[in-house]
Amino acid sequence: MEINSKNARLWSRLGSRAVFGQAMLAAGERNEKIMALSGDLGNSSGLARFQQTFPERYLNVGIAEQNMIGVASGLAKEGFNVFVTSFAPFITLRAGEQIRMNLGYMKLNVKAVSIGSGVSMSFLGNSHYGIEDAAIMRAIPNITVVCPADCVEIVKVVHAASEFDGPMYIRLTGAVNNPCVYAEDYDFVIGKSITLKEGKDITIFAHGTMVFESLEAAKILEDQNISATVINMHTLKPLDYNAIDKALSTSKAIVTVEEHSVIGGLGSAISEYTSQFSNNPAQLTLGLPDKFGKTAEYGYLLDKYRLVSNKIAIDIVEFINERAKS
Amino acid sequence: MVVLFKTTDNKKMTNLNKIEKSALFMRKKILEISHNCGISAHLGGGLSMVEIMAVLYTHVLKIDNSNPHWPQRDRFILSKGHGVLGFYSALLVAKIIDEDEYSSFQTNESNLIAHPVMNLDLGIESSNGSLGQGLSMGIGIALGAKIKNKSFKTYILLGDGECDEGSVWEAVMLAPQLNLDNLVAIVDYNKLQSDGGKVIDLSDLASKFEGFGWDTYNVDGHNIERLLEAFEAEHVNNKPKMIVANTIKGKGVSFMENDNAWHHNLLTKNKYEAALEELKENYGN
Repeated sequence: MEINSKNARLWSRLGSRAVFGQAMLAAGERNEKIMALSGDLGNSSGLARFQQTFPERYLNVGIAEQNMIGVASGLAKEGFNVFVTSFAPFITLRAGEQIRMNLGYMKLNVKAVSIGSGVSMSFLGNSHYGIEDAAIMRAIPNITVVCPADCVEIVKVVHAASEFDGPMYIRLTGAVNNPCVYAEDYDFVIGKSITLKEGKDITIFAHGTMVFESLEAAKILEDQNISATVINMHTLKPLDYNAIDKALSTSKAIVTVEEHSVIGGLGSAISEYTSQFSNNPAQLTLGLPDKFGKTAEYGYLLDKYRLVSNKIAIDIVEFINERAKS
Repeated sequence: MVVLFKTTDNKKMTNLNKIEKSALFMRKKILEISHNCGISAHLGGGLSMVEIMAVLYTHVLKIDNSNPHWPQRDRFILSKGHGVLGFYSALLVAKIIDEDEYSSFQTNESNLIAHPVMNLDLGIESSNGSLGQGLSMGIGIALGAKIKNKSFKTYILLGDGECDEGSVWEAVMLAPQLNLDNLVAIVDYNKLQSDGGKVIDLSDLASKFEGFGWDTYNVDGHNIERLLEAFEAEHVNNKPKMIVANTIKGKGVSFMENDNAWHHNLLTKNKYEAALEELKENYGN
């Protein structure tokens, strides 16, 4: 799949799931060990063309996520690299223990993919939201946790995962008309964060849809003479400790922004690491609140939870001002 | 000595004799290690599966004990993970593991603990212990073999207790639809689970599997000849095979049989000696 500004715009319009499906099709063409399983959400996962093209390498196991993880794991034992898809809570919670046993304990080569994580499922409600999925996956040993920033990065992640021998959790946020972070090709390495903007005052770490919002927030902050580094922390596990070390030594504040609960996500992961050091810069953790809130349109919810660039900027300024007083 | 079978076919007779001897050896080794390890072990469910495992590891499974990684080997997965005493003793009888390895059971940092830990060097295909997961993996392995045109078979041993898990029935629904005639599941139906009998009354388990489209056998799980017949029968209509093996928990030691105190218990010296004496009386040396 050629990465250029035209395709980036096109993929952005198609949205996370459709682009995931296209990337899977490309992976399937490139590598005959790629299989895809879904818990009756193949179409919703953009896998219709994969199914048509590789019928022998696609299986809808029915609405049975626990069985899906087990079947995928058996296929992985026989040498396949198996991508399984469902909505975030169904795959990480309903089948969480199967993931723990098969992907964690046995390190089997299965890629668990959640479509529509965060609050992108809008009116489908909290039953379908991915609020705590990264926290759960991150806590299980041996599982690599990745959350791509935009549709271009979904293509990069699927490509990387198709060549990666080991268990992964891939968390897709965003919907159709997904904001674009990338317009051209770049180096993507699992576990290695990407500095998108250099700044001298603070460092913002983000993943998923919040990478774009953080970049936009950084522009607003520039106008207020706050210079922010913005880092795409696409891999939540293993964490890129070098990037955090650098922020600790150069920034006056660390900000994490994520479309995930403030409990257990990137904010937690970074503070788990930094809490061992003294005299750290203060950390502001922005994310979804620890609650099952009212249901609304996706954009409305992001705005309500202050996960949009202007509100992120306001909160950062306020945080810095408060700290300056104390 | 109890005569377990009657047959006039010499070759078959030799096989049956060999399996019966393996079963007796396994029972002795189960009692020995349970006593020697000095802590509680899952005796009841280990003893109920002995004939099933003796048939598999002495006769049915195509395995190479000098190369547990042989790609064409038949796969065996112990879905009822707590049944390790019946599993490790079978690996010992098949000479996949040696006495030293076997003796390490439930010692610090041993490879052989109370539930299987994936270790193909020792012939252990998967990690288990969380119930209701083995059949799903078995479907994946069998499907993978079909896609790759490999001829090996996949065998999964379940307990009846774990059939309380919904995930078992997700897998039971799927396997016949995929025409996996390279998949054989066995239920060690000893009718007692951790808290006793009829916790969930599974009653006529064979009919349930048959209803879901499995090629189903309902046999005496301690009758080696009947087990062999079920294992050796051709798969009907390309369907996966389900063998419901009706067994007795604690089989072979009267004070353990059907007494759920022996689900997980410590085998003291006195009890161990009494149990060995019983085996001698019941099965000879």
